[in-house]
Amino acid sequence: MSEPILDIAGLSKVYPGGLKALDNVDLTIRKGEIFALLGPNGAGKTTLIGAVCGLVRPSSGTIRAFGHDMGREWRQARRRIGLVPQELATDMFEPVMRAVSYSRGLFGLAPDPARIEEILRSLSLGDKRDERIMALSGGMKRRVLIAKALAHEPDLLFLDEPTAGVDVELRKGMWRIVDEMRDRGTTIILTTHYIEEAELMADRVGVIAKGRLLMVDEKDAMMARLGRTEAHITLARPLGALPPSLAQYPVELEEGGASLCYRGGDGTGRGKAEVAEITKALIAAGIDYTGIDVRESSLEEIFVSLLGEEERAA
Amino acid sequence: MIGWRSTWSIYTRELTRFLRTAFQSVLAPVLTTSLYFIVFGAAIGGRMPDLGGVDYGAFIIPGLLMLTLLGETTSNSSFGIYMPRFTGTIYELLSAPVGVAETLIGFVGAAMTKSLILAAIILVTARLFVDYSIAHPILAVIYIMLVAAAFSLFGFILGIWADNFEKLGIIPLLFLTPLTFLGGTFYSIDMLPAPWDTIALANPIVYLVSGLRWTFYGSSDVNIWISFGITFAFLAACVGVIAFIFRTGWRLRA
Ligand SMILES: Nc1ncnc2c1ncn2[C@@H]1O[C@H](COP(=O)(O)OP(=O)(O)OP(=O)(O)O)[C@@H](O)[C@H]1O
Ligand SMILES: [Mg+2]
Repeated sequence: MSEPILDIAGLSKVYPGGLKALDNVDLTIRKGEIFALLGPNGAGKTTLIGAVCGLVRPSSGTIRAFGHDMGREWRQARRRIGLVPQELATDMFEPVMRAVSYSRGLFGLAPDPARIEEILRSLSLGDKRDERIMALSGGMKRRVLIAKALAHEPDLLFLDEPTAGVDVELRKGMWRIVDEMRDRGTTIILTTHYIEEAELMADRVGVIAKGRLLMVDEKDAMMARLGRTEAHITLARPLGALPPSLAQYPVELEEGGASLCYRGGDGTGRGKAEVAEITKALIAAGIDYTGIDVRESSLEEIFVSLLGEEERAA
Repeated sequence: MIGWRSTWSIYTRELTRFLRTAFQSVLAPVLTTSLYFIVFGAAIGGRMPDLGGVDYGAFIIPGLLMLTLLGETTSNSSFGIYMPRFTGTIYELLSAPVGVAETLIGFVGAAMTKSLILAAIILVTARLFVDYSIAHPILAVIYIMLVAAAFSLFGFILGIWADNFEKLGIIPLLFLTPLTFLGGTFYSIDMLPAPWDTIALANPIVYLVSGLRWTFYGSSDVNIWISFGITFAFLAACVGVIAFIFRTGWRLRA
């Protein structure tokens, strides 16, 4: 396993009102990975990010980044951490270029206009450099925030819902940007409500709800463990009973024998292969069918079912 | 260890914000000072006797200067830190590798700079109305800087304490302005009948106005060193409060 870039142990946060926003969270982030934090509204995602970035004071637990304890050696650690907040917060009167240059200086780096220009261009903001931020669209403002977070060339970047309120086209642009940052070796922790996004971008996924980190795993492993294939085969003529050649598969008849339903496999594609075998077996048995509908369960369903289990447990 | 680049970034950004409204920032003090001189200097001053051997028009200059200085310094500084909290842009400052030193030197330094520019503008404007000379110019500059520093820090505390615009304005409105007006801005507290001349000494602003007046004309209501001492004590108290705020994260970090 590669060296941990961030090591969170026993982290809890109780807000003054008494609300427990983080409950004994342990999390280790590896160098170079993209980690997606998934969870419903109020799960504690922003609180977790805030605790690492210095916006929230942990009630207990330790956070180490790049081997530095965030409680004592926060200066060294913060220099290498970038944050794109969930809320659009910028000085609206400031021109783009100046806002981004300020961020670089604030983190203690010497001015480098060429580097800033490069960052702006990579975010398609090159032609907006002299524009006041208030004259930009919402999606552009979000990219300005990303540019500000990248201005000091962080090794660890937090993106708190980078694609919230961003249209499909821009969202794809954002994914491309994240990919480029990954290629440059930046470790990225992002939160999102779009499970599709985690599925597409993340190497690992953590599911959080009510302040508790319910599960952390490789995205593929999580899919393999919890993924399912569901197939419905519409039969030309209803069947009274299953043919013996299908007995080895997890299938059953539905809708009075008019439809054959398969539920099985895992997230690796075994389910699809079995469905293909079933269709061949049907033909071999002389059973005709008129339609096939195959669906892979997504992280979304995994997520929802995990939360459901959690609710039942509670 | 102070991150000077971070400090410089905060300082220049604050000043840039100030320059964005430069016209208003310069015009307002010029206008108010002129109005005070027209009303108090010309209209009323003509009927006033000299105070401590100083012409009334000249007498009110240190008071006027203090009036504007206290108000503007406090409001500039409190807005400087309140606005980022209000708009949410403070996240960047809180997540940056900057501590109390960088933040204070940056924000408070900028507020002080603005105040000194303001003081210069007022003194130049006053010169258009009355002839005056400053007895102890170096001490005057030091004293103005000291007061500007103390009230920048005070404003900073206000800007962190306030959680709405009303609170932001209430301290200057309810305390600072009345105390300044009652603090011998336009009169010498000797002129007050007993027991008010003694009661007036409970007003800390009296010592500030009096101290500045001493650096101008060499005479004042209270001893200059008491004035310096009180200003220093206030400054030290503000630094203490701010150190506490940063150590606990009060009103800054959730
Ligand atoms: N400053 C605060 N004071 C008190 N409670 C807070 C504060 N910030 C957040 N909370 C509470 O803590 C819980 C977690 O909030 P948090 O913002 O971390 O959730 P989130 O997972 O980021 O949600 P979302 O997906 O909506 O952004 C919520 O119940 C929220 O109301
Ligand atoms: Mg959030």
